Amino acid sequence: MTVEQLKKIAAEKANIINVRRIVREQAEKLSRTTGYRKQVLVCGGTGCTSSHSHEVIEQLEASFEELGIDDVLIVKTGCFGLCALGPIMIVYPEGAFYSQMTPEHARTVAEKHLVKGGQIVKELLYVETVHDDGSVIPFSEIPFYKHQMRVALRNCGVIAAEDIDEAIGAGDYAALARVLTEMTPDGVIEEIQKSGLRGRGGAGFPTGMKWKFTRIAEGDVKYVCCNADEGDPGAFMDRSVLEGDPHCVLEAMTIAGYAVGAHEGYIYVRAEYPIAVDRLKIAIKQSRKYGLLGKNILGSGFDFDIHIRLGAGAFVCGEETALMASIEGKRGEPRPRPPFSAQCGLFRKPTVLNNVETWANIAPIILNGFHWFSSIGTERSKGTKVFAVGGKIHNVGLVEVPMGTSLKTIIYDIGGGIPNGKQFKAAQTGGPSGGCIPAKHIDIGMDFDNLVSIGSMMGSGGLIVMDEDTCMVDIAKFYLEFTADESCGKCTPCRIGTKRLLETLDKICSGNGEPADLEKIKEISEHMKSSSLCALGQSAPNPVLSALEHFGEEYNAHIYEKSCPAGVCKSLLNYYIEPDKCRGCTLCARNCPANAISGTVKAAHEIDAKKCIKCGQCIAHCKFNAIVKK
Amino acid sequence: MSHIAFEGTKEQMKALLSCISAHKGEAGALMPVMHEAQNIYGYLPAEVQTVIAEKLNIPLAEVYGVATFYSQFSLTPKGKHKVSICLGTACYVKGSDKILEAVEHELRIKCGECTPDKKFSIESCRCVGACGLAPVMIIDGEVYGRLKPDDVKGILDKYLQD
Repeated sequence: MTVEQLKKIAAEKANIINVRRIVREQAEKLSRTTGYRKQVLVCGGTGCTSSHSHEVIEQLEASFEELGIDDVLIVKTGCFGLCALGPIMIVYPEGAFYSQMTPEHARTVAEKHLVKGGQIVKELLYVETVHDDGSVIPFSEIPFYKHQMRVALRNCGVIAAEDIDEAIGAGDYAALARVLTEMTPDGVIEEIQKSGLRGRGGAGFPTGMKWKFTRIAEGDVKYVCCNADEGDPGAFMDRSVLEGDPHCVLEAMTIAGYAVGAHEGYIYVRAEYPIAVDRLKIAIKQSRKYGLLGKNILGSGFDFDIHIRLGAGAFVCGEETALMASIEGKRGEPRPRPPFSAQCGLFRKPTVLNNVETWANIAPIILNGFHWFSSIGTERSKGTKVFAVGGKIHNVGLVEVPMGTSLKTIIYDIGGGIPNGKQFKAAQTGGPSGGCIPAKHIDIGMDFDNLVSIGSMMGSGGLIVMDEDTCMVDIAKFYLEFTADESCGKCTPCRIGTKRLLETLDKICSGNGEPADLEKIKEISEHMKSSSLCALGQSAPNPVLSALEHFGEEYNAHIYEKSCPAGVCKSLLNYYIEPDKCRGCTLCARNCPANAISGTVKAAHEIDAKKCIKCGQCIAHCKFNAIVKK
Repeated sequence: MSHIAFEGTKEQMKALLSCISAHKGEAGALMPVMHEAQNIYGYLPAEVQTVIAEKLNIPLAEVYGVATFYSQFSLTPKGKHKVSICLGTACYVKGSDKILEAVEHELRIKCGECTPDKKFSIESCRCVGACGLAPVMIIDGEVYGRLKPDDVKGILDKYLQD
């Protein structure tokens, strides 16, 4: 393929894509030039697929056949980000936002809305898009999207994820064309360096500098790698990019190959992401067919190709030296650095490794210039960051905001706040390597340095919201269970340190904690931080230390008063029935798996503490809030 | 290693050998071969690891080292229906530990085990990325979301019947 052919495809598809990007009036006008009366976008990401979005698509196709609709385009996209409302379906040019679709709903929308002269089916729309006066706003204007700025996720939920022509129409490969025809390798690196882009995988290392070290490293063979081993449980932005816009990663890796002088790339992706792996395979095949991967790309004489390697469920493989060992087919154990990967990486050759979200930022920087990128964000954290917001929050999903956006904006304006009228207690960032942000820091601007300053870290952008029902000791124990399980065992501080920390936390949660345990936690943590081989061990104590710093009183309650204020730690709790609230409906007794509840109909029941296994079934079934944990 | 007798068929061995020859000579071929071998057999018994080691000319100790390092590779056979409960953070704060307890209670085995009739096995996983549906359970690839412990029995019953 030549640059001209690429531009031709882009021009042909541009209007179809743009209908999905602009405001309604213009979209309606533009829509008439595309040959499609309407376009229906259905999310085909993991979240929506799990709630059966494919059945929605099948129903639409069947209904179209039945109703003779042949001028409406059905597009299976990647993730829209608002996963809590899946399966999501959006109809353009109106921008009508249908949420929690079922095949039955899809049939109704086809019959009433998608037929010629049809009207939006308001009762099936996401409630926030329908005003009290009955007027309907496009989905892009609801608070969840309004406060966002989508750079890395620019094409996710916009294009058909398995169609390279749509990707090209949305602008993919335009940056590659510019790089190969107008820029020198040094020019590319300078552009990335000046943009101030820092790695989105966790450490926040300047991307341009990484590329430069690899470029100047000696060696005839060099590699470009993509870290798609998204290990932080609760982060799923990399998966969304791979599912929604896989070509943007292939393009950026090719650009880096040109810049550093590499001709081969590897994508190391979690095997737990089957949809992402499939889409990558499809994308690579299409890209090779178009000559956008392979020999003599766009007639420039530059060769580059990409291979996929599947992970096998090891968190430590997110660490760069471990990841490369795993690609080489070995146990994914890290090794001491130096030598750094830029000099001695994959197969002992100079290697540049970036994570998926970092790659997704490359093309926009090339196309819009470093000035544009560095104008977004804060002084030392440029651009945007995607957060995977989950836990006790209304709008679970992916949120991309400029660096420096306050936690409060993310949780309340975008996330819609905490469900069930509960109080915000803390947010955990950085997953098992990070820490918590307590409510008093809710105004903090989310960037690399601010988060470190309060004892947390950006990590890959997982953001788990916790309410008053979450026990901070229990959560710290949860993360330690994870790191103890995932420690590769190569170095002693991490292998033994995680185990001893976990034992101590277990002791505290089971009511056997002693005051000296807190000192022990701090001491072990210091040793782990200073002497572990890789970031897994160095950062494993973070969740405990930050919880101790911000929620010390909760640890004290567990140790001195043998109580769990959040009512989570089972050993410290007993279940009681409040006699004045109990109506004697017998529901609790019938659902108790341990037969621990006695009482007669219409008389107050009682729980036998000796038999009770504290499973919580009684609370779940009581309709009168008569059962308490204390 | 598993004490359950190896029951590989000729077809499976043929598939394994053709997958090995397709990857032979490729840099870092071991992991892709082991992934495919596990797809073919459902797990990686000693017999299969030995064939991989011989054909790829890699010491058996190294193959075994890789097989035991990664949590996705299993040395024991799985049940006919694989029940997997997500214990990622988003699911955990929404009570996936209680879902796991309910499954263990229902099937009368612990996480990581297989029922005596080989019908079900339970495993935990760390985030399948369906955090919007938390807490989730996956049975043979089918995702069940927004679960309550009470839902578990009904779901498992569907699989009991076949």
